[in-house]
Amino acid sequence: MADKVEFELVSPEKLLKSLPVDMVVVPGTEGDFGVLAGHSPLISTLRPGVIDVYEGDRIVDRVFVAGGFAEVTEARCTVLAEEAVALADLDRAAVDKQIKDLSEDLDDSKSDAERAAAEAKLAVARAKLDALTQSSAH
Amino acid sequence: MPNLKDLKNRIASVQSTRKITSAMKMVAASKLRRAQEQAEASGPYAERMGRMLSSLAANVQDSGNGPKLMTGTGADKVHLLVVISSDRGLCGAFNGSIVREAKRQITRLQGEGKTVKVLTVGRKGRDQLRREFASLIVESYEDVGRRRLGFSDADMVATKVLAMFDAGEFDVCSVVFNKFKSAISQIVTVQQLIPFAVPGEAVAATDEVKPLYEFEPDEEQILAELLPRNLSIQIYRALLESAASEQGARMTAMDNATRNAGDMINKLTITYNRTRQAYITKELIEIISGAEAL
Repeated sequence: MADKVEFELVSPEKLLKSLPVDMVVVPGTEGDFGVLAGHSPLISTLRPGVIDVYEGDRIVDRVFVAGGFAEVTEARCTVLAEEAVALADLDRAAVDKQIKDLSEDLDDSKSDAERAAAEAKLAVARAKLDALTQSSAH
Repeated sequence: MPNLKDLKNRIASVQSTRKITSAMKMVAASKLRRAQEQAEASGPYAERMGRMLSSLAANVQDSGNGPKLMTGTGADKVHLLVVISSDRGLCGAFNGSIVREAKRQITRLQGEGKTVKVLTVGRKGRDQLRREFASLIVESYEDVGRRRLGFSDADMVATKVLAMFDAGEFDVCSVVFNKFKSAISQIVTVQQLIPFAVPGEAVAATDEVKPLYEFEPDEEQILAELLPRNLSIQIYRALLESAASEQGARMTAMDNATRNAGDMINKLTITYNRTRQAYITKELIEIISGAEAL
């Protein structure tokens, strides 16, 4: 498997990563998908989750994204993420606290819009926690 | 004859003004560099978003039932103008030109019998527009990105715009901002946000072979998510451009002010020296004529 796929991770504020890799696993809305070189062109939305970057058989990088879009072509995989944090930088205690705060926000929310916003944030925070739990289980 | 003491005070005060303006120029220059870097850094995201949008739009337009954000409400009655200005003054014609353009747009649209609503970002624009069009301003934001402009700032504005659009409060939305060209030149730009004009043709022409994408979930759903995001991005870009322009304009204005202060000091110093010499001469004449009289 000599071919590599050009992986790009972009946030609105800057280009976070741009490097050739063997494979990336991206958390699509309808299930995770792996991208190897020569993947058929695809555009997908993302759910909050973890992007795994593979070099050979090893995971070299794990990045949490809070949602966004992925564009895959034969030679390239571009992820447009709104929020991206390296998994190693996530702090379990902070995430726990965030979930607690957000749950309170949800209870306090008055209008539907507030409620929806709080729920969306909570979903992201829960996904962070899931990601952490999984990575510590590895 | 001007008083020597007054002249001296005047020179001292102009000198301290010059110090302030030159310090402000330095600050603006360093902020400008940061703002430019930020504007450049946001380029890749916007570019890729644009690419994705145009390939999506090509697919959806064929089916003929695109989301409202792209096709519009079908009406053209109520216009929302997002006017981006700065919070602080002392930046030359920066705010003046934005407000002038905004007023021109408002009068033009009203002349065509349309309803205009205004959303302002930045204190200066709000203050100046409020004099004439206070009733049109629906919302204003201040201190946006005071420390460092983040995407969340743009998102906040975009959320408001979207909420208004969903509530059917306007049909067309444009943003008025200063586009950064160079430190000395900013171009007032009016850009339409809703309905969003996809730069499809131009992109399609440059792409050699357009890959046929699969979509997951389907095009409409992706587009429905992508378009609001794109709105935030466009606003973010406009805010960044405006921030860079503001610093550029301030830098130029302060540079001019510093130079003018320098010229003024030179002139005042010459007057001061002449006056001093005239006094000395006068005193000498008095002494000599006094001595001669003896």
